Amino acid sequence: MSFNSSRQYSPWVDRRQSKSMMGIVRGFHLDWPLFAGLLVLSVVGLFILYSASGQDLGTIGRQVLRLTMAFMVMLLIAQIPPHHLEFWTPWVFSLGIVLLLAVLLFGDVGKGAQRWLDLGLFRFQPSELMKIAVPMMVAWYLSEKAMPPSFLRILVALSIIVVPVTLIMKQPDLGTSLLVGSAGAIVLLLTGISWWLIGTAGILMAASAPVAWFYLMHDYQRQRVLTFLSPENDPLGSGYHIIQSKIAIGSGGIYGKGWLNGTQSQLDFLPERSTDFIFAVFAEEFGLIGILFLLSIFSYIVMRGLRIAYQAQDTYTRLLAGSLVLTFLVYVFVNIGMVSGLLPVVGVPLPLVSYGGTSMVTLMAAFGVLMSIHTHRKLLPS
Amino acid sequence: MVWRIRMVLAGVVLVSTFLLWRAFDIQVMNNEFLQSQGDARHLRTVKMPAHRGNLLDRNGEPLAISTPVASVWANPIDVKLQSAELKQLAKLLEKNVQDVRQSIQQKLNEGKSFVYLKRQIDPTLAQQIKALQIPGIGIQREYRRYYPTAEVSAHVVGFTDVDDQGQEGMELSLEQNLSGEPGQRRVIKDRIGRIIDTLALQKSPMPGTNIRLSIDRRLQYLAYKELKSAVQQHKAKSGSVVVLDVDTGEVLALVNQPSFNPNNRQKLKSDEYRNRAVTDVLEPGSTMKPFTIAAALSAKLYNPGTQINTTPGYYTLMGKTIRDFRNYGLIDVATIIQKSSNVGVSKMALQMDRELLWNAYSDYGFGRATNSDYPGEISGVLPFYSEWDALEQATMSYGYGLSVTPLQLAQAYAMIAAGGVLRPVSFVATVKAKDETRVLDKSVALQVGAMLELVTSNQGTAAAAQVKAYRVAGKTGTVHKPQAGGYAEDRYIALFAGFAPASQPKLVCVVVINEPSGKDYYGGKVAAPVFSSIMQGGLRFVNAPPDGLINSNVHMAKAGAG
Repeated sequence: MSFNSSRQYSPWVDRRQSKSMMGIVRGFHLDWPLFAGLLVLSVVGLFILYSASGQDLGTIGRQVLRLTMAFMVMLLIAQIPPHHLEFWTPWVFSLGIVLLLAVLLFGDVGKGAQRWLDLGLFRFQPSELMKIAVPMMVAWYLSEKAMPPSFLRILVALSIIVVPVTLIMKQPDLGTSLLVGSAGAIVLLLTGISWWLIGTAGILMAASAPVAWFYLMHDYQRQRVLTFLSPENDPLGSGYHIIQSKIAIGSGGIYGKGWLNGTQSQLDFLPERSTDFIFAVFAEEFGLIGILFLLSIFSYIVMRGLRIAYQAQDTYTRLLAGSLVLTFLVYVFVNIGMVSGLLPVVGVPLPLVSYGGTSMVTLMAAFGVLMSIHTHRKLLPS
Repeated sequence: MVWRIRMVLAGVVLVSTFLLWRAFDIQVMNNEFLQSQGDARHLRTVKMPAHRGNLLDRNGEPLAISTPVASVWANPIDVKLQSAELKQLAKLLEKNVQDVRQSIQQKLNEGKSFVYLKRQIDPTLAQQIKALQIPGIGIQREYRRYYPTAEVSAHVVGFTDVDDQGQEGMELSLEQNLSGEPGQRRVIKDRIGRIIDTLALQKSPMPGTNIRLSIDRRLQYLAYKELKSAVQQHKAKSGSVVVLDVDTGEVLALVNQPSFNPNNRQKLKSDEYRNRAVTDVLEPGSTMKPFTIAAALSAKLYNPGTQINTTPGYYTLMGKTIRDFRNYGLIDVATIIQKSSNVGVSKMALQMDRELLWNAYSDYGFGRATNSDYPGEISGVLPFYSEWDALEQATMSYGYGLSVTPLQLAQAYAMIAAGGVLRPVSFVATVKAKDETRVLDKSVALQVGAMLELVTSNQGTAAAAQVKAYRVAGKTGTVHKPQAGGYAEDRYIALFAGFAPASQPKLVCVVVINEPSGKDYYGGKVAAPVFSSIMQGGLRFVNAPPDGLINSNVHMAKAGAG
């Protein structure tokens, strides 16, 4: 990461020199290994969802439709060359900020949080856009100058992260703000900033936790954290989710109870079982063996993503690819951590497995970006 | 560059390991605990109600039977109070939806997770409700008790409560045998309590035993009908009839007025469900006289022909006067019974040792319960002889100063009818009395029986008790009701106690009409005709051979009552 990127090209001129070797058809941009991993994960996800939804084919149908849409979005974005993405980055980011402000001013309220923007025809969640726009913007800004960035540039980069994160937290949407924040922070980490800076930042974050607790967090968010710390205090109320999900996972044992045979999930004891807590259904029915398999798929996707980042040919794409794939890992970690009682319940779905959500489209868009980065490489230096 | 890649890779490995370790921790290390926690949430043991044994009459006709019904319950937490389905449910249950909501809300506020919405509904209606699949609403299978004879045998049979537990009468005293044992099955229940699957039948329900009562349904109907019409005719407050089998001590019929419908007890008054024949006492009055005379004959102080001077028709003792209906003059013992002379029987009693008299009364069952096992049966009061004075000794001889239940009186008459053998009373069908005791010489019993037969002759006080083609023995009683400070002048209990066929007694019947307020109040006028009608049918039901064919026209005659 030592070379400068030059912005001498314009998106209006296709400067692609060589055709991708990875395309199905010449000119079609698709990363097969990544595509295969995502496909396997989606299929496994559908099987779990079938069980979690109480064998409801209607749910499966809707999920297949969503997956198809999300995959199409991915393939579409994979066709856009990275330098186009780079060119549009500041505009997309600025649009995102405006939309977030709009949400706070005129957004729809649903489930006690203001996250949606009603555009007449459809409802749109601008915070989803920021999951990609923030790492893009940070990568765009930092890749202008040589790595590692100066202290001043780090501060600017931090403010690029903090502004949208704060806006999203205000909605309030702790889960998404966490993911957006970590996506931006990962870009910063990947730029090679010095260890003592990272350490100081860590200390500062720990110090700011009380501030967040008292000024930024809502009552229900505080409640979630308290519940996480001791779910047994309120087993029928807010602790119910965590206790039931731990029971479901734990009663799966090594080999699991078998597909469609999970008692906690099938008998409706497990809440949110087709959405955020679907991992518990999987764990109950397929046991530790199943978890090993599922984690292998996730690891495979992450490894492939890291390889794409490693092979990226300029700083912007490398930073972006690295951030997007590690954010994916954060998704997985936060969801499983939350379902198994390691982390507070923050409402993060299990990627490609949980039912529904705009987040699936965003996620696949990110994989589209990864594919674009990989398939638009110049195989020979020009 | 390389160290940064390594760092990222190390991070990925660390995160994966962390998650795997967590899964291992929960699924392997804590598997057992969490498994049991899971089981505790969905494995339940459910009771299966046992079929309650039927109560039958002596011929196997049903008196109380159990039919399957269903009850609707709710788990308040899972019910959506404003849902359209709840409205639909309320409509099906014929209830106001507001009331349903309120009762659910109340239990919810109390933190309860179970409330019955309606008990014992029709199984087909329950099926409809089940089909609605309303969250938080469940159906529970139960049995409901049904009493085909309704008011007619209500007091004997008693009833069960909504939980199928015996509350009164034979339903209560036979509870152990009738109730059976509920079964158990292990089931899987989902979060809102619906049974998803049965894992194992741990114990089959043991149905209760069917029990044959001693009641004869036909005789019971007859007694009910006759008593009811007599109570209405004489504008009486209440009444009782007891019919016993002389040979076995079984209660063949037992009715009271007022009665109640055990199938619908919503407006039930305690006054109606009291089994007066067993739980209420009365002073036996003249119906006591045969026992005084039996005691006197046993003591060999008198024989049936002994003459006793009852002139001038009254007798003053300790400042009180004992009166006869009129002056009967010098009469023998049999005539004392026939004419029901208070003076005569008092004079006889006063000739006897108190202890001897008390022992005799006690032997005949007075002051002692019949051990019929009827819940709440009382024993009446026979004051101990050491507390008697001469006046009490005299009044007791004609039935004042002691109290009996109609059932007790019937048992005592059955003793005379059975030739001096006292048999325990039974409400359950038996072949032979359990333990009988001879309390009177057979010859004395026959002598007393013969005297009682005179009572129903045309010259006796109860010609109205006659039964066509049968010889009848019995005794009337017209008892002044006690009131504060003495006895009421104008309130009576009309009694008749007797048995037939006199030559070989089969049935004993006691009729009690409490406070007849029409123009007639004498036992011979009010109670004796009821006795006659019941015996008329009853003797045929038990196939008693007629023994009075020679003067079968006597029952047409009417004589003075007393």
